[in-house]
Amino acid sequence: MELPKLSIEDLKKIKEREMARMTLREGEHRAKIVVHMGTCGIAAGARKVMEAFLEAVTESGARDVVVTQSGCAGLCNREPMATVEIVEKAPVKYVDLNPEKAKRIFQEHIQGGQVVEEYALGRGSESTAG
Amino acid sequence: MNLMLCGGTGCIASGAPKVKQAIEEELLKRGLADEVQVVLTGCNGFCAMGPIMTVFPDGIFYNKLKPEHAARLVEEHVLKGRPVKELLFEEPVEKEKIPLLKDIGFFGNQRLIALRNRGLIDAERIEEYIARDGYQALAKVLTSMTPEEVIEEIKISGLRGRGGAGFPTGLKWEECRKYDRFPKYTICNGDEGDPGAFMDRSIMEGDPHSVLEGMAISAYAIGAEKGYIYVRAEYPLAIKRLQIAIEQARESGLLGENILDTGFNFDIEIYPGAGAFVCGESTALMYSLEGKRGMPRIKPPRSAESGLWGQPTNLNNVETYANVPPIILNGGAWFASIGTEGSKGTKVFALTGAINNVGLVEVPMGTTLRSLVFDIGGGIPKKRQFKAAQLGGPSGGCVPASLLDVQIDFDSLTEIGAMMGSGGVVVMDERTCMVDTARFFTAFSVDESCGKCIPCREGLKVMYDKMTDIVEGRGKEGDVEDLEKLGRMIKSTSHCGLGQSAPNPILSTIRHFRNEYDAHVREKKCPAKVCVELLLFEVNPEKCKMCGICFRNCPVQAIEWEKKQVARINKEKCTKCKTCIANCRFDAID
Repeated sequence: MELPKLSIEDLKKIKEREMARMTLREGEHRAKIVVHMGTCGIAAGARKVMEAFLEAVTESGARDVVVTQSGCAGLCNREPMATVEIVEKAPVKYVDLNPEKAKRIFQEHIQGGQVVEEYALGRGSESTAG
Repeated sequence: MNLMLCGGTGCIASGAPKVKQAIEEELLKRGLADEVQVVLTGCNGFCAMGPIMTVFPDGIFYNKLKPEHAARLVEEHVLKGRPVKELLFEEPVEKEKIPLLKDIGFFGNQRLIALRNRGLIDAERIEEYIARDGYQALAKVLTSMTPEEVIEEIKISGLRGRGGAGFPTGLKWEECRKYDRFPKYTICNGDEGDPGAFMDRSIMEGDPHSVLEGMAISAYAIGAEKGYIYVRAEYPLAIKRLQIAIEQARESGLLGENILDTGFNFDIEIYPGAGAFVCGESTALMYSLEGKRGMPRIKPPRSAESGLWGQPTNLNNVETYANVPPIILNGGAWFASIGTEGSKGTKVFALTGAINNVGLVEVPMGTTLRSLVFDIGGGIPKKRQFKAAQLGGPSGGCVPASLLDVQIDFDSLTEIGAMMGSGGVVVMDERTCMVDTARFFTAFSVDESCGKCIPCREGLKVMYDKMTDIVEGRGKEGDVEDLEKLGRMIKSTSHCGLGQSAPNPILSTIRHFRNEYDAHVREKKCPAKVCVELLLFEVNPEKCKMCGICFRNCPVQAIEWEKKQVARINKEKCTKCKTCIANCRFDAID
């Protein structure tokens, strides 16, 4: 990745641009799937889950869904975990995933708009201090 | 009370000024205009749901407000203190069965500072870190603060080192700044070696830039231009993500020469260590970095005066550095408002062992062990009883159930013979033998002792052998007193922190579970039924419910059982594998 040397002004610009993208506010994406890929997640099979999501997106031809990765979400014994965010809805955390569950989540939640409640742990995000 | 109404472009466009006017009129009508303030804030970034408003101090969040809501809002919320449900953001969510994450004990009781970006950003993209205020703290110190002011802010925050000993970070930086010998170094200790601990790994993997930014701020404060991150080679993913982060930061001009065009130079290199427990000890770590054998030396001189290659050096742990940027951005006083008198801020713990929610949690200092284990950890699996928690890694101490209400902070833990350490918490249920557990941790220390000083190298081995005698039925009267004496001696004569704390597991279990030692030594019994040599492998006919579960599970067919008959163990065939004990629901096998 090539980045120009940043100035303090650039930091602010990147922040604004990326915030919009990350919170899916008015970005080009309708849904975001974050697969938690710390060592614990990978050991529990997060890579296969990630692949399953990617395959599902490719097969469906959806252009408004992003799949991305992040670190450990904290609840290591429920890995693999993924967080699904759909525009203007609170994020949903899924636990104990495998490729089959991932495909179902893609079909029912991301395409159908129905949260797959049996796999979900909860909705939202813990508070970050401020 | 403050009503923070969003006054960003989006909310203004969707009608915030009219909402403000309506609320203010309503307040005036009810004579509340002096007590309640309506504040127009900057953009909250949630424009699609606007106009939005947050009520402080309770933090209730409203969205899609209209002027006609004003009367109800003031009547219900301001006057009667009841949030208006229809206007809450969560409303559409509550209809469905899954609860809000913040209502789930595990997440809701946490407060994230060091882990502020966990699960939210892609660790391999610097832009996502920047989007969450990343490098803003570095920009702030480089453009508007002197090194002395940075140090002062850290001192105000009350931040103490998260690696184990809890030394005040601000004082450490101040000491290092004092010396006018260059080059100076700033080092990050990522050599996390405690069994059951993975706090630092998670931060390095999930949010590597927070470590780099914390290090750069410390380098500015002490006057260093070079930093090293010492990570054990067993953490390949952490090393990879740190490497990517360093490269991205260099390309962006956030590391290297003339950072952010302020004339400040600083660069970081990763040093993979071979994974020796002692190399987490600061002086040993520096020898290891110099390419020498990793063994600690006696302090003083402190590393601040004579550290890496004899130069002034600041060394902090991963979590300590990760706390630095939020302190700079929000102010030391903000951080100091969280936690207890002597321990400020939050602490990340790795919860493992006999607990439902195994994982990483960050809670304010002073949270009780009970809350950590039951509210956040979800309690003990299989309806078993909490017996003890081992805090502070292999050289920490065991906290018994009677002390569950102890506040977790540096000083309270030391008082009861445990310690904060780096934050590993191993939870044990009633099926744990405390003598055997103490022996296990001692075995770890014996293996990991660097051997430089005799009390640690020889003394721990003597303690370990005595523990082995006890768990194998050769314990004799006076052994426990000998262990106590030896332990105290090793603590007071070892060179480094590891030797000084290695006898803690034995000493703290003797202190809190003396009866179990006595049962092993005097009655040759292991009450938790763990120590094989002390078990009879006989079925107690009074407790046996004749269910046959032992018979069905025995892998060597050593159990004789028929319906409505008490089971019997054939000792010739029995291999003492304890499968029957593990499966019996009535505790009927002795």
